[in-house]
Amino acid sequence: MNHALLVLTLLIAPVLGFLFNGLRFRSSDGYTAGAIATGAAAISFICSLILYKDLLAMPEESRVIAVRFFEWIAVGDLKVPFGFIVDQISVVMILIITGVGSLIHLFSVGYMSHDERPSKYFAYLNLFLFNMLVLVLGDNLLITFVGWEGVGLCSYLLIGFWFTDDAKAAAGMKAFVTNRIGDAGFLIGIFILFFTFGSVNYADLVSLIPKVAELGWAGPVTLATLFLFIGATGKSAQIPLYVWLPDAMAGPTPVSALIHAATMVTAGVYLFVRISGILVLAPHTMEVIAWTGAATALVAASIGITQWDIKKILAYSTVSQLGYMFLALGVGAFSAAQFHLMTHAFFKALMFLGSGSVIHAMHEEQDIRKMGGLRKYMPITHITFVFGWLAIIGVPPFAGFFSKDEILWQAYSSPHGSKALWLIGAMTAAMTAFYMTRLMALTFWGKSRFGHDVHPHESPPTMAIPLIVLGVLSICGGWLGIPHVLGEVLPGHPGNLFEHWLEPVIAKVQGGHANELVEWSLMGISVGLAGLSAWFAYDNYILHPERPPAVAKGLGRIYTAVYNKYYVDEFYAEWIIDPLVEGSKALWLYIDVNFIDKMTYWAGDLVEGAASLAKTIQNGKTQSYAMYMAVGVVVIVTIALL
Amino acid sequence: MLLSLLIFTPLLFALLVALAPEKWIRPMSFVLSALHFLLSCTLFYRFDPAKASLQLVERASWVPTFGISYFVGIDGISFWLVILSAFLTPLVVLGSWTAINQKVRSFHICLFLLLSAMVGTFLAMDAILFYVFFEASLIPMYFMIGVWGGPRRLYATMKFFIYTMAGSLFMLVAIIALIFMTQEQLGTMSASILDFYKLEIPFVAGSFLNTQTLLFFAFAVAFAIKVPMFPFHTWLPDAHVEAPTPGSVILAAVMLKMGTYGFMRFVLPIFPMASESWAWLFMLLGVIGIIYGALVAMVQPDIKKLVAYSSVSHMGYVMLGLFALNIYGATGGLYQMLNHGVSTGALFLLVGMIYERTHTRKISDYGGLAKAAPMFAIAFVIVTFSSIAVPLTNGFVGEFLILAGSFQANKTFAAFAVSGVVLGAVYMLWAVKRVFFGPESEMVKEHGHDDGLELGAREMFVLAPLVVLIFWMGVFPSDFLNWSKASLDNLIENRSHYELNVEE
Repeated sequence: MNHALLVLTLLIAPVLGFLFNGLRFRSSDGYTAGAIATGAAAISFICSLILYKDLLAMPEESRVIAVRFFEWIAVGDLKVPFGFIVDQISVVMILIITGVGSLIHLFSVGYMSHDERPSKYFAYLNLFLFNMLVLVLGDNLLITFVGWEGVGLCSYLLIGFWFTDDAKAAAGMKAFVTNRIGDAGFLIGIFILFFTFGSVNYADLVSLIPKVAELGWAGPVTLATLFLFIGATGKSAQIPLYVWLPDAMAGPTPVSALIHAATMVTAGVYLFVRISGILVLAPHTMEVIAWTGAATALVAASIGITQWDIKKILAYSTVSQLGYMFLALGVGAFSAAQFHLMTHAFFKALMFLGSGSVIHAMHEEQDIRKMGGLRKYMPITHITFVFGWLAIIGVPPFAGFFSKDEILWQAYSSPHGSKALWLIGAMTAAMTAFYMTRLMALTFWGKSRFGHDVHPHESPPTMAIPLIVLGVLSICGGWLGIPHVLGEVLPGHPGNLFEHWLEPVIAKVQGGHANELVEWSLMGISVGLAGLSAWFAYDNYILHPERPPAVAKGLGRIYTAVYNKYYVDEFYAEWIIDPLVEGSKALWLYIDVNFIDKMTYWAGDLVEGAASLAKTIQNGKTQSYAMYMAVGVVVIVTIALL
Repeated sequence: MLLSLLIFTPLLFALLVALAPEKWIRPMSFVLSALHFLLSCTLFYRFDPAKASLQLVERASWVPTFGISYFVGIDGISFWLVILSAFLTPLVVLGSWTAINQKVRSFHICLFLLLSAMVGTFLAMDAILFYVFFEASLIPMYFMIGVWGGPRRLYATMKFFIYTMAGSLFMLVAIIALIFMTQEQLGTMSASILDFYKLEIPFVAGSFLNTQTLLFFAFAVAFAIKVPMFPFHTWLPDAHVEAPTPGSVILAAVMLKMGTYGFMRFVLPIFPMASESWAWLFMLLGVIGIIYGALVAMVQPDIKKLVAYSSVSHMGYVMLGLFALNIYGATGGLYQMLNHGVSTGALFLLVGMIYERTHTRKISDYGGLAKAAPMFAIAFVIVTFSSIAVPLTNGFVGEFLILAGSFQANKTFAAFAVSGVVLGAVYMLWAVKRVFFGPESEMVKEHGHDDGLELGAREMFVLAPLVVLIFWMGVFPSDFLNWSKASLDNLIENRSHYELNVEE
């Protein structure tokens, strides 16, 4: 099949779905809307599979399908085509986006069946899919930016989907504005690259930029990548712009699964994998990225331990896992970053959908203190959630084990890594195991803590099927990237297929000291830590449920600070937002109305004063005053001419 | 003949409206203005975008003693502004169908007189002729605000009139000075702008008191007031708040562009050295305008005033782009003029439509409107996205090019200007949130039953072309920019020795 047509179909299918459902947004017929939208997503998925198959058929070194539709902006030297590339990096992304996307669309059919405006919901969901595909397929920074802002827009619309609730509308706005701060950085990054190297095209940039690592902070590559990273901290919820993501949980739960876990928030990671060839030339940027990622991973995980809202816990977990991916990028482990992006998409989408299933069953209850013992009532949700849980805490052979282990190993062994980065990573892994086990224990295990009027039930098949598929992927997804040391002892010696697949298109960081003994021991330590801390959580929340409140009490202020998310939101409100609003009010009332506007009158008074001095020409008509001013100008100009 | 027809048929239309029976006025005005728009569309066939020259030129002697002539022509810089003026007028007629119900005849006469003056301003290539049209456009607008405006209309319209008038007197003086210089340097007196381009105007770098700088500022002040550029903007919020919806739309969408157009037609090419050495000042004021306008817009309690201050911010972008003095900034600046015409025009129309129903513009009176009036909400949100420059809407192309241009010219200014990207989202989305989202307010409940606040068919018909343009201009900017490309390239590349060839 013609590749241009294939890419076009891939992109247009969700647009058509959007238009179809958007034009009948008043309709309450959720099944038609869902069928159309899911169908559109499925068509895109099929196209992605065909593209993948075609890539496979090509020789390893030249696997790329490039399509250009038309020139979008062409001004001066800036030539931006609507151009798309399908290569090893983007094909993985589109498979995740359309594959996991289709499952989540399907899940939504059941989840949104009782909603007033299902058509509107599915329209937005399809629009999101389109923008996300544009983001990852764009062959230049500007097309990526189109998708980048587009997904932010859809995120805004979907977070505020139930807009009659003020808090939800506010969360949508917060997400958009916070993202915009990042986007402003992204724009500056684009400008620096364009005006230094004369192109915004990825392929051109890689060939135009000199292949020498920059030593200083002020080099164009370093600055550009730093600004692009600001963009990534917005979209991918890293310190200091992560604050929007937990609030974004106001949106419908499948949206959280698709946008705020599996796809959109990983856009920043994708961006740096895409420009890995540029990033490796800026070691300072890599250092900033690694430490920001590590810090975000740790901070978010610590907040996750104290939360009670099932979606908030998963949200902080997402922030934390994204931190891992940035840690990986920062130490030059690009393949590991994208690998974790993929496995995370499977198990986190799974857990979000699982939490959706729980919330649906509990009649919109999200507080895990009011759950417990759901295992009996929702066996499918429970067992699939267990897979997700084992995957995220890194138990072999579940998916998360391979990707997380790869990141930790690289954090330790890469020339850009360090023992400190590894330690933070390992500590985060232990915390992750703790809060996820806590979530499992309080939600599914132990005694029921909900009232007799609540009758939890297993979800319908449209919701169960996506859970099962994602559950299977959470087990097998990791087998694509088996580390070398492990591969050697396993029967058949499986290699790291994922890394091998990406190899031709990502930068390779040289000089990692491979030491099998160290690698084995680190692997043992991180798995052991996770196991211990999971047991510790189980012990505390199931066997001795009286302990955690006592510990929280004992920690006093520290606990309160963590529980209140370190008061970061309050800090931003008090030191940035309030001064901005109050300052603007002052600007308007004191500067604009009482100063600048008044100056106009002073100018008038001045003329009037002069006029009363020269009474002969005074007649009280403003037009005359203006004339006098003109005469003055004539005089000045004449003097100047002479 | 085409250009003269475009300028003067509206006068004929005004006469026809003056004589028409009362009940025919509105439909007749709509049909006539639509015809005028169709007439302007013949430019697509008559104008050759490949040439940077002045085309479809018409010339006739007027006051030969002073070299003043009736001289009109069109190039890629004025092309879209003429079409924008012609395009918006029928929409305004349709949009004010029920909003204007007193002195309907006079209103439509005013509208046609205004159309004539606007098109004349963009087509005039004789400085005096330009001045006449530039000033003539004030009169119908003065009446529009003064007669059909809000409670403080007289104050607002006087302020608007005197402020702009005072500014343009500087320009008149400068024009006269230039005419005398043509006699000195070219032998004969001429008020032709093309002859002004040929002048070598004495310039001393670093000094203020030299001919080129003084004349530059005389023009710049006149146009800066019109734009309006910070700190000459305070007439704008008053004028907009008091103006009736059609007045606001025309004022924002077209009349402000007379200022920025003046910079492109007069200031940059006639005073190349002064423009270059004072570019920093105008970029600085542009950046201040972007940020200041956005911050003040953010805290406005009145939605119309919010849109007015957002204009200050958006026009700040245009100024920043023009004075970047490179192709990105100039192209972005011109594009942003059109964008602002489309999206701010649409915003004023939308605000007017809801005001007609609720008689309040206070943001705090609203809330939950999206539930009561979903179509209205969709239209407003789409225009909002255009206004805050989301990619694939028109706003993005303009804003991106302007920021790119300013980045090339001055990185510090660009860095500050980029904050407008964030602030723009803040003030617009915050307004959208307070007006459309949240629970329904008392006022919305009171008016909102039985689709009382929802758009009618006529209103959707008015908004539809604007929404189409928002996306068309966002996805296929080349369809528009190709018509101006040659002229913009000429303006930027040959700015120091600017010439405009004439195609008779």
